[in-house]
Amino acid sequence: MKPENEELFELEVEALIKEIHTQYGYDFSGYARASVYRRIKRFLGQKHLHSIDELRKFLFTDSFFFENFLQEITVNVTEMFRDPTFYKSLRDNVLPILSTYPFIKVWDAGCSTGEELFSLAILLEEEGLLGRTKIYATDINQKVLRQAKEGIFSASHMTAYTAAYYAAGGRRDFAEYYTSNYGSAKFNSSLVKNVVFYPHNLATDSSFNEFHLIVCRNVLIYFNKALQERVYQLFDESLVSLGYLALGKKETLAMSDISSKYNFVDKNNRIYRKNS
Amino acid sequence: MLATSRLIVIGGSWGGIQASMKILQGLPANYSIPIVLVLHRLRNYEGNMQELFDKKLALKAVEIDDKVPLEAGHLYIAPANYHVLLEKDHTFSLDDSELENYSRPSIDVTFNSAADVFGKNTVGILLSGASKDGSSGLKYIFEKRGTAIVQHPGEAEISTMPLAAIQSTPGCSIMHVERIQAYLLTLHEH
Repeated sequence: MKPENEELFELEVEALIKEIHTQYGYDFSGYARASVYRRIKRFLGQKHLHSIDELRKFLFTDSFFFENFLQEITVNVTEMFRDPTFYKSLRDNVLPILSTYPFIKVWDAGCSTGEELFSLAILLEEEGLLGRTKIYATDINQKVLRQAKEGIFSASHMTAYTAAYYAAGGRRDFAEYYTSNYGSAKFNSSLVKNVVFYPHNLATDSSFNEFHLIVCRNVLIYFNKALQERVYQLFDESLVSLGYLALGKKETLAMSDISSKYNFVDKNNRIYRKNS
Repeated sequence: MLATSRLIVIGGSWGGIQASMKILQGLPANYSIPIVLVLHRLRNYEGNMQELFDKKLALKAVEIDDKVPLEAGHLYIAPANYHVLLEKDHTFSLDDSELENYSRPSIDVTFNSAADVFGKNTVGILLSGASKDGSSGLKYIFEKRGTAIVQHPGEAEISTMPLAAIQSTPGCSIMHVERIQAYLLTLHEH
């Protein structure tokens, strides 16, 4: 993007966001702009398009193209046991308390392609809690939800994931959890037997259940402050008292209205607990 | 009105910690322009770069949290594993999307975003490193009529990054770290 065209580009993006909302029902108005601009520029580059005008023509005539666009704009980069210390902390500080409930409900909000979900399921399995836990895995994007359900990840990542699994306090042979086949690793479907996959849009949908633990890591960084606040209110409504909220390592409740109701369980890993 | 209209963004890789430390050690606690520091670091490395800088500098060194606002007297350090972007309201947005130039944080990403928000009031400084990250971002800052500064390749521990930047932005200023520090002090408003 030429520097002198930046202002024009930003105006065109605003118009495009409105149009996408009208045509497809996806509302990006609360997304953090710096990131949206960057994602769109990147997408234009990938598709060899030179203007928002050109992009519009494809977006509104080809729903497959739109799906592809959606995939790129909503970042779906994720990995298993990302930030091993977070999982270690969940294992050491949160799961022992959750184990006192007869039945545990977890919401993995913005589960993307499922790497985080399977990491959580493995943790619960090893702590003997998976059988009495129901995980609601939601995402705005139906395509990634289908992928998450399958639990097939590239085998090329397994070395890194195995190391992260051990760093997160894993005690078994990580390879027990998947079968390798032609460059892919398929994780045991028993891990997600109690998982409900469900399309949910944090920007527009409401609370749908009550949870003991909500995990939403590195999803809200893509939202502006107003939309973040909406989602924090939504999480607050969806957590039982003394429930846990786990955010990404650099996400904070500090600027939110709900922050006074929450205390840190682990400040470094941004695990919060709701007051009683 | 927003208290600040200028921004200094510093990028570096191998040798960048030492070089940035030397530059920043001369700045007072009330330095009037916020500074963002993007250094390449090991992925998932839980280093205490923030503590290191905070101990040695008069500036308050913080690791960037999503959506915090820019303030004078602060050194904002890019966290491991996130790209750092700037919003029009002078807050940060973090981003954990694909690596750029094999890096996350990527210097290009922050330089580009800073230039989009601060335009000619952006001061970009690229230091030592064995990477080409930062050179296209520095060029973008320069094209937006901001200030583009590159550490003298003869002084840099690894000259790859400064040389790549000088090639992409022939109009940049090439300075030793003492000169960079002196220049930053001229920008300070009491």
